Parts: sequence; structure tokens; C-alpha cells
Amino acid sequence: MIRVLVRHEPIDPAAEFAALQASGVGGIATFLGVVRADDGVTTLELEHYPGGTEAALRRLVGEAVARWGLAAAAIVHRVGLMRPGDLVVFVGTAAAHRAAALESCAYLIDRLKTDAPFWKRETRGAEARWVEARETDSTAAARWQDS
Amino acid sequence: MPVDLLYFSWVREAIGMGGETLELPGDLVTVSDLIDWLAMRSEGHARAFAERARLRAAVDQVFVGLDAPLGRPHEVAIFPPVTGG
Repeated sequence: MIRVLVRHEPIDPAAEFAALQASGVGGIATFLGVVRADDGVTTLELEHYPGGTEAALRRLVGEAVARWGLAAAAIVHRVGLMRPGDLVVFVGTAAAHRAAALESCAYLIDRLKTDAPFWKRETRGAEARWVEARETDSTAAARWQDS
Repeated sequence: MPVDLLYFSWVREAIGMGGETLELPGDLVTVSDLIDWLAMRSEGHARAFAERARLRAAVDQVFVGLDAPLGRPHEVAIFPPVTGG
């Protein structure tokens, strides 16, 4: 099972997990990204590139499935208006053994951070600003090259 | 053939629209050449494209460097470094 979805509605992690579990293999790894309440953030807005986002996510999932021999993989990313505590992304991988599941899950979230066209805008009270990309995200994504 | 240009995040805000469909001149070799050409269209375009180090691009939905060949694309997106996840 390969599942790539960009949606405005809240993410249901139990349903996403159940879909991975249905693959019937022995190891499942998941990552859930949650909107942080960093220094007074009241809302977070996610913009994306319709069509381009799904294409980028499908490429990443395809790479992970091929590299780790996954039985199933899912990326579900929320867009639109969110609040601190809301789930923004669900990444899940299923494989015969834990190493493949854990590594591929880390790979997908690291690469998503630098290779999928999403943009965050934080609002603190009346002030809104676009979030700047972080160098540490590029470093995290780069560690998966040629290894 | 006309090309769909797409703008996101603060690039979109600076230009004042999410995209436009344009006939491109034949002498644009790289993505950077396209950005140079687009920057002349309005003050908003010039402002959006002033700092090249802060721009990223995708040609037909594939991320490329600004020095990448433009080819004959259907769709080119120009945007800031991404911040999803």
C-alpha cells in the first residue's frame, strides 16, 4: 500500500495506522508532526503547490519503498489553517523488520522537509510571518545521500 | 506555446498573484534567465525576485537549481525554500 494525501481536514492517526497494519508485516514506524506553540503562535497556515506537492511526495515514497523494500508507506500532510496541538503530518512505513521501518520513516520526514513544496506562515496575535527554512533541515536531508 | 508560471508564499504576495500564463521569448536558456526576464514585468516581480539566494524553482513539478536548463516546460513554479513537515 502506498498512500500520499494532502488535505485540509484533520488527520486521523488511528485510521492511518490501521491502513499500515493491514499490510500484515512485522514492523511499523510512524512519525507525527504537531503544530508547536512556539513563543505565542496562535495559528499556523500551510500553503502548498497543488499537483506539485503530490508528485514530490510520491517520488519520495517511491524512493523509500525501493531502498528499504517496504510493504507499505504513507504520507498524509495537512494544509490550510491549524492551531497549536493539531497534527500537521503523518508519516508511516511498514516493513518485515524494525531497521527498515525506522530508517525509512526518518528518511521520509527528513526529505519531506526539504523536497516537498509546503510553506508555513505563523500568526502571533495580529502579526503574521512566513517561516524561514532552517539549515539543520538541509543537513538532516543530506545525511541520506549516498549512504 | 504559453507556459504556466506559478508563485507561492511571499513570492506570490510580492507579485500580487498566484500565477500567470505567458509566451516566453525563445532566448531563455536557464531558469535564472526566466527569472531575469520575469523581474522586468512589474515592480512586484522585481521585488519578489531581488534575492536569488532566497528563491527555489520547479520545472514541470520537479525541483531544479536556478542554473538548470529551462527546456520547453509546460509549468514553472518559483517559490521560497520550503518549510513543510
